[in-house]
Amino acid sequence: MSLTEAQAEAEHLPEQPPGVPGKGPWRLAWERLRRDRAAMISLAVIAVIVLLALLAPVFAAITGHGPQDQFPSEGVTPEGLPVGPSATFWLGADGLGRDLLVRMLYGARISLFVGIVSTLLATVFGVIIGMVAGFYGGWVDTLLARVLDVVLSFPYLLVAIVLAAVYGAGLPLLIFVIAFFSFAAMARIVRGQTIAYREREFIEAARSLGAGKVRTMFVDVLPNLIAPVTVLASLLIPTSIVFEATLSYLGLGVDPRTPSWGAILYEATDYYRVAPGLLLFPALMLLITTLAFNLLGDGVRDALDPRADRR
Amino acid sequence: MLSVTDVRKYFPIKEGLFIKKEVGRVHAVDGVSLEVRAGETLGIVGESGCGKSTLARCITGLHHVTAGRIEFDGKDIATLDPKAFRRDVQMIFQDPYGSLNPRRRVGSIIADPLKIHRIEGDTRKRVQELMALVGLNPEHYNRFPAEFSGGQRQRIGIARALALNPRLVVCDEPVSALDVSIQAQVINLLTDLQDQLGLTYVFIAHDLSVVRYVSDRVAVMYLGQVVELAVGEDLYKTPRHPYTNALLSAASVADPDLSAKRERIVLMGDVPSPINPPTGCRFHPRCPKARERCVAEMPLLIDSGNGHLTACHFPVQPGEHLTSEHPQIQQQSTEPQL
Amino acid sequence: MFRFVIRRVLFGVLVLWLVATTVFLLFFAGPADTVARRLAGPRAPQEVVNQIKDSLGLDRPLITQYFDFLGNLLHGDLGISFNSATPVSTLIGQSLPGTIWLVFGAAVLWMIGGIAGGVLSATRPRSVRDRVTTVLVLAGISMPTFVLGMLMIYLALSVFPWSGLRPGPYVSPLIDFKAFLQVMIMPWICLAVVQAAVYVRLTRGSMLDTLGEDYIRTARAKGASERRVTYKHGLRAALTPVITQFGVDIGTLLGGVVVTESVFGLQGLGQLMIRSVRDGDLPVIIGAAIVAAAFIVVANIVVDVAYSFLDPRVRLS
Repeated sequence: MSLTEAQAEAEHLPEQPPGVPGKGPWRLAWERLRRDRAAMISLAVIAVIVLLALLAPVFAAITGHGPQDQFPSEGVTPEGLPVGPSATFWLGADGLGRDLLVRMLYGARISLFVGIVSTLLATVFGVIIGMVAGFYGGWVDTLLARVLDVVLSFPYLLVAIVLAAVYGAGLPLLIFVIAFFSFAAMARIVRGQTIAYREREFIEAARSLGAGKVRTMFVDVLPNLIAPVTVLASLLIPTSIVFEATLSYLGLGVDPRTPSWGAILYEATDYYRVAPGLLLFPALMLLITTLAFNLLGDGVRDALDPRADRR
Repeated sequence: MLSVTDVRKYFPIKEGLFIKKEVGRVHAVDGVSLEVRAGETLGIVGESGCGKSTLARCITGLHHVTAGRIEFDGKDIATLDPKAFRRDVQMIFQDPYGSLNPRRRVGSIIADPLKIHRIEGDTRKRVQELMALVGLNPEHYNRFPAEFSGGQRQRIGIARALALNPRLVVCDEPVSALDVSIQAQVINLLTDLQDQLGLTYVFIAHDLSVVRYVSDRVAVMYLGQVVELAVGEDLYKTPRHPYTNALLSAASVADPDLSAKRERIVLMGDVPSPINPPTGCRFHPRCPKARERCVAEMPLLIDSGNGHLTACHFPVQPGEHLTSEHPQIQQQSTEPQL
Repeated sequence: MFRFVIRRVLFGVLVLWLVATTVFLLFFAGPADTVARRLAGPRAPQEVVNQIKDSLGLDRPLITQYFDFLGNLLHGDLGISFNSATPVSTLIGQSLPGTIWLVFGAAVLWMIGGIAGGVLSATRPRSVRDRVTTVLVLAGISMPTFVLGMLMIYLALSVFPWSGLRPGPYVSPLIDFKAFLQVMIMPWICLAVVQAAVYVRLTRGSMLDTLGEDYIRTARAKGASERRVTYKHGLRAALTPVITQFGVDIGTLLGGVVVTESVFGLQGLGQLMIRSVRDGDLPVIIGAAIVAAAFIVVANIVVDVAYSFLDPRVRLS
């Protein structure tokens, strides 16, 4: 038999024109994601929010209201109350006579910036540190695993409070704290996955071919980490956005004059009984944003690992 | 070509929260000596856990040996340039699913050795040649491992192992994960390639019937040691170690050639733990012929003529009838009861 | 077993010591004047800074200050608040009842809601019931706590003013039970909703895992009723991770339900911390942070020890 039969076996493959690349795992995942209606709607919503954030200066130009401009005469009634939605103030004004819509759109920039930048930082450092620790093992790994456990068992709000007390609140500190905790979560997942892959035969195969450790890590381990890392990263973005809003609401986030969603909501505290829009519009925007990211994250998870049940 | 001298490989067992203490050792390979001659196929058989895979990994340099020497072309492999050594000695793995990275295309998997060893030339052409050599459609280099069947994946593994034109290929149970109908195809491919390329094989398997077809000589391992080594035909016709007899009688159930001649010998008990192996002959707690001497003294691998090596104080004679009965001998208290 | 508990407690003490040391270094490392200025805040007049420097003995070597700090901690002395000139331990003691009532009241609600929701969706995976639960959970997870709290206050005050619910400082149930309920109900619900979402997910996942196990199939094969299989065999095993999470959460929340307390003005430990950060009252922050860390460490120890009773394998690893 031998080679001829072997070729016969090769022929068992589903017919495909020769030379056409097969559908790889990424293609298949994307096709599954495209069939997930909730995820696709979320993606569209996120695209709109990003577009609105980018166009914030355009809206400022059209309405003629900068994000910090106060209009004590047009924006506030003679009794000192903020005006409601109108042709000049599309979503109304806040207690200082500033345009709510324009401030919300500038707030979207802060939220998206914090969410994406801190997740990006966390992903890059988390993947590298987690992969090196998991792959090399030894006492460095043991120590790192312990430290990550301790870090993750502490509430980040508490740490943010202490750090804000020492160094003063602000955007850099905010991003640092969020990125640090996201990093810990990412590093832990990546480390666990790397340890699981380290024992797989294809890693041993790479070693038997004479591949170095660094090459093995980046060529053989990394491609297998992309799925869990993508899932976690897509869920870290909404968490970061909520965290930014929460800290800004507590006065520990961005400079209070900066139009961030959390700060806008905090300032609404004094007025929303008479002007509910000051509470409802930013709350809705925040909720839609985080919900869209979470739905997309769930969809990405299902698409990358169709067997795993939703947790 | 390759000589293995008294090789031992122990794995430490560690325990402790921060500071790991060594609390024991797994005696995976415990004093193995054998030789692989150029152009031959040396089969190594034994039950799972007997140390055959560990031995394979020592030979390919994936494990550093605890003691002993492995020489390739007369030079200790520990002192050889690892890259040069890897070109000459390659490995085919057991699990065709686990040994190929699921996230990479087949072409790049097969090209790996060429990239790692910085071999110049048309990589894609060479990959396609290799794929044709092992009976794969060369046009499929762009596909992922998941798109191939088990047998085809094992062919990919073989193509990868052959990319560097090695002289010695260690096959670690290359067919045991495959369907029986596919096993023969892969084995035939391996023998064809041996003829075509003049390869030398170390062929590891857990059942004798597979090894029988491919091997010139066969070594039988039990608990980290070689208990019998002989030319294939010799071993099958006149097995001298009781353990080999037992293995053959087990294999005979599926092999009509053998079943006519042999009665099934059922071994008592399980394989003892390699953490704390039995004294004397490793096989004595399960051996139907065991006597006091077997508990006290470890038998050496002795040549009984024409290269038939056996490690047994009381080898089985031709025509002797072995029973499944286990003799009651004075057990020493150090014997682990599992 | 005993050795395991001892080891776990020692590790907890180690963590607490590390936390205390980190906090100490964060605040006290550096030249005396810088530290005094840091403690007093950027707007404080120079006399206050000097006064702080003298009263805390910031001129002494760092190591002496460190041992004094640790010694005081061991005696339960957390220093004196800058703003109210009261001992920090008194302030923390005053704020604890509100936090404790909030956490345990909400815990009852979220455990009931979380486990019920998880079981309901796990017993019929992919049903309408399951999908509705999943969407609600996602909404709960996406909803920032403070937004939920603000919406609740808005509804209570502007839409349902007759409900009598209002935000405000904690009132002891022994003094005025009606007022106690009026201020506590909203924070309870708010905290419980956010937490319950997590617990539904956890229970559901754990239930699905357990119901897929062989012994559940065996129970079914034996002819046990579906109800018995679900509750007797399934739920009991599935609750282990839920209980673990519960222990950890209680510890974390006792250490500061910062957001819920701040939104409703409950004046518990969390709000005390936030207020101290805004006012620059550093002794209070340091004290509250260490107390919070202690809650978390103790809760983690309790969980680990309880867990090792339930599952002896843990002790070995």
